Amino acid sequence: MSYDAFINKEYPPFEIEVERGRLRFFAKATGATNPIYFNDTAARAAGYADIPAPPSFAYCITMDAGQSFNVLEDMDIPLPKAVHGAQGFVFHKTIIAGDVISGRQKITNIFEKKGGVLLFIETLIALKNQDDEPVCDLTSTIIVRNG
Amino acid sequence: MGMNLEQLKPGDLIPESIRPPITRTQLALFAGASGDHNPIHLDDEEARRGGLPGVIGHGMLSMAFLAQLLTDLVPNWQIRAFQARFVGMTKPGDVIACSGEVTARSASKGQTILDLAVIAKTQNDAIVLDGTARIAVPTTRGKLGK
Repeated sequence: MSYDAFINKEYPPFEIEVERGRLRFFAKATGATNPIYFNDTAARAAGYADIPAPPSFAYCITMDAGQSFNVLEDMDIPLPKAVHGAQGFVFHKTIIAGDVISGRQKITNIFEKKGGVLLFIETLIALKNQDDEPVCDLTSTIIVRNG
Repeated sequence: MGMNLEQLKPGDLIPESIRPPITRTQLALFAGASGDHNPIHLDDEEARRGGLPGVIGHGMLSMAFLAQLLTDLVPNWQIRAFQARFVGMTKPGDVIACSGEVTARSASKGQTILDLAVIAKTQNDAIVLDGTARIAVPTTRGKLGK
């Protein structure tokens, strides 16, 4: 089956508020020890306007917005056949607690490898904050095992 | 931080950072904190139904560990880019070690830009994540970094 029609497809925009408690929970779950991830006073003393989101937390924002799965559902690909192959981040501004982050996902490329056994889906999500400033561009590669 | 980042050059190593063993409790916490509730990270039966020997760790948990290698070096706003391929799985009990190597160095607008190759691997030297990062280090003009 050809998925070419999905290349350059864009999905509806989303908006997610970044909460302090959620960032503390993420820091605890990942074993972070730096107080800037738990205490807004410590964060301010270190030069942040509030508790910062660790770099890879940007992916959680997109996951909260359902962006990891909507592409697969749209392409009618069963979730168990798909794995997260690669994840990239380009950072423009540190996301902090209280930010309202918006974005929308676009499929940038779809291609096959190994004679069609593996299908690669590449997506891009550019995130902005409430002041319309770019904060982070996320690129994801999803690998689907066919057959 | 004992390292003078400004002096780093291609071939220099970022010292290994070794994490405490991954526990099932950590996977449960990470499922909640990350929003990835896929049962293959939480429930052995569900994992086996998916063809796995048992629960596996979230790839994004390992990526958070690898990100901490970077945030231990510089403040978040000095991290320009970070990407990794998920090449291996983790399971409860695994001890993840993150490390890096400088691959390129350049100067831009009063900053030193360092490109790094970064990896996360298990206690058995199996690579979990294979990635790259770009960090910016302010040029201090003769003064040592803090």
